[in-house]
Amino acid sequence: MLKRLRENKAFQGTILAIPTLIFMVGLLIIPLILTAIISFGTRSPDGNVIYGFSLHNYARIFGISSECQNGKSICFDPLYMQILGRSLSLAFNTTVLVILMAYPLSYFIARSHPRRRNTFLFMVLVPLWTNFVIRVYAWMMLLRTQGVINGVIGWVAGLLGLHFVPLEMIYTPGAVLVGMIYEFLPFMILPIFTSLEKIETPLYEAAADLGANPFRTFLRVTLPLSMPGVVAGTILVFIPVMGTFIVSDLLGGKQVILVGNLIQRQFLDARDPTFGSAASLILMVMTLIVTYFYTRKFGFGEEIISA
Amino acid sequence: MSEFAVELQDVIKQFPTPEGGQVFAVNHVSMQIKNGEFFSMLGSSGCGKTTSLRMIAGFEWPTEGEVVIAGTPQGHTPPFKRPVNTVFQSYALFQHMTVFQNVAFGLEMDHVAKSEVNDRVGKSLDMVQLSGMGKRFPKQLSGGQQQRVALARAIVKTPKVLLLDEPLGALDLKLRKEMQLELKALQQRLGITFVYVTHDQEEALTMSDRIAVMSFGKVLQMGTPVEIYERPNCKFVADFIGTSNFLHGTVKSVENGKASVYIQELDAEVMGLVSGDISVGETAAVSIRPEKIRLSEQSAFNQNCFEGVVSSTTYIGSDTHVYVNVKGNRIKVWEQNKISSLDPKAYYSVGQKVWLTLFPENTLIMADK
Repeated sequence: MLKRLRENKAFQGTILAIPTLIFMVGLLIIPLILTAIISFGTRSPDGNVIYGFSLHNYARIFGISSECQNGKSICFDPLYMQILGRSLSLAFNTTVLVILMAYPLSYFIARSHPRRRNTFLFMVLVPLWTNFVIRVYAWMMLLRTQGVINGVIGWVAGLLGLHFVPLEMIYTPGAVLVGMIYEFLPFMILPIFTSLEKIETPLYEAAADLGANPFRTFLRVTLPLSMPGVVAGTILVFIPVMGTFIVSDLLGGKQVILVGNLIQRQFLDARDPTFGSAASLILMVMTLIVTYFYTRKFGFGEEIISA
Repeated sequence: MSEFAVELQDVIKQFPTPEGGQVFAVNHVSMQIKNGEFFSMLGSSGCGKTTSLRMIAGFEWPTEGEVVIAGTPQGHTPPFKRPVNTVFQSYALFQHMTVFQNVAFGLEMDHVAKSEVNDRVGKSLDMVQLSGMGKRFPKQLSGGQQQRVALARAIVKTPKVLLLDEPLGALDLKLRKEMQLELKALQQRLGITFVYVTHDQEEALTMSDRIAVMSFGKVLQMGTPVEIYERPNCKFVADFIGTSNFLHGTVKSVENGKASVYIQELDAEVMGLVSGDISVGETAAVSIRPEKIRLSEQSAFNQNCFEGVVSSTTYIGSDTHVYVNVKGNRIKVWEQNKISSLDPKAYYSVGQKVWLTLFPENTLIMADK
């Protein structure tokens, strides 16, 4: 056994992978299979699962309903499709805005003096020391109708003798978007920074030397070489935004319900684990499809992950 | 059109130091590089050769003075508007582009028509013997091949001046020797002015039409390889280029390009050619190259002839390196092995008494700095 451990590289790899493997099988693969099984069951009146094979839950998500008001036996109810669509577009918008905000900042940090670079990175990471939920609460404090922002504006308006009606900021889609951007910005900055930092100065000089002005250097050299960072960041941002429910719960209230909230409510409030499971799987499949097409076009950002 | 491809006119470049001071990377340097010349800047690291090159390329701007390219003062012209191209020490190839795309990059920036791009990239790759490699990525090439891509990328634009920053530094010795000859041939074929930066004196001697030897931001001597090797103008150059023996003494007389120096350690006067600024009464260095000293078993002359004892010998095939102790001075002599012999007596041996002759026409007297 020891001899084998010393000489067999593949065996060493297996040993090293075992702890994670146990963890992943026990807490990811098996629960996933259970979720799939439950999603095909039906809910008993007391909130338990009656196992079986029914596509009822999936039909419900896709809006095919048999409880119609106009007397037809089958009709379309877009409620859940709207929630899915909202989640998808929010994740998309968040990712695009986060890229647009993170790229210039990462570029600035990557090109700054090495001694200052660490300070900037430190500042990017500081918010992550605070709990995710607490940071969302901080945004609640800011955005509330009686919150900090309205308070400050109201105070200034009062000084100027103007009449001020507090802005309705919290419990709007905009509030959720702001919260998401805030929460996930560092996960875009870090990979983009890493890929930009790896571009050596002589490459910029070579481009200039060959006749490229700064703008064309950016388009032809900087941007392509930093794409792995953008791709890695996109994966790190898009997937969690699709599934998270805390931000929308606290900043969106009942106004902005995402798939994450739907799933949470099915398990806790509505006590319908079968429908919750089906929604979970749909979310997963949807995320996988988007990620699949995205990574097929842009790769996984392997260079950045291996760096 | 100006006679000179590149001129540096009393150029100074200062850099701030971390301590808040200023350091002269280039200190009052003037050079005139002729059209079609293979010009080398030679010196050890920190001598200002790379900074000078970067100022010609436009990556740095002079603190004072002017860089003139083909008669046009460059001022603060950015690199992408200068008629020069650079081969970088690290090659600086675009890893996300194929070899073809790398070479075509500069032409695309000039909006050259597509058919012409194909044609010129093809020719350029032919010239560096990389035809057929266009579709590969730089990572799939060897170091030598990457070096050729960097070269092709720079010559495809047919610049007025090609700047080369230690381009062969990363190659192994054999490949480096091959590339030296190839570069020289390429330069002659293209007729482009090459400005070449290197710390390798042999490389500079092999390829250059003229060499500027630099140290601490200044040009010490500028001349052809023969001038630099045979008539170094100061001790630093004599020491940096090739190998030299040095003796130190006081100048007794200077006349008709000849001088005589009294060497206290030998208690003798040595005659030699004046090479550089010296005047009577000053301390000067007497320099003689080891291959130019004559060894014999008897005294032949009374001038410039010294008795010594062989302290060690090294047989290296073509030559035998003999170290001779002359009153405490260790003198290197390279004896060419002109006779094929197995007899140890045919060679000098340790402890043997010998006479050294420093012919006055091979002995140089120069400033001791």
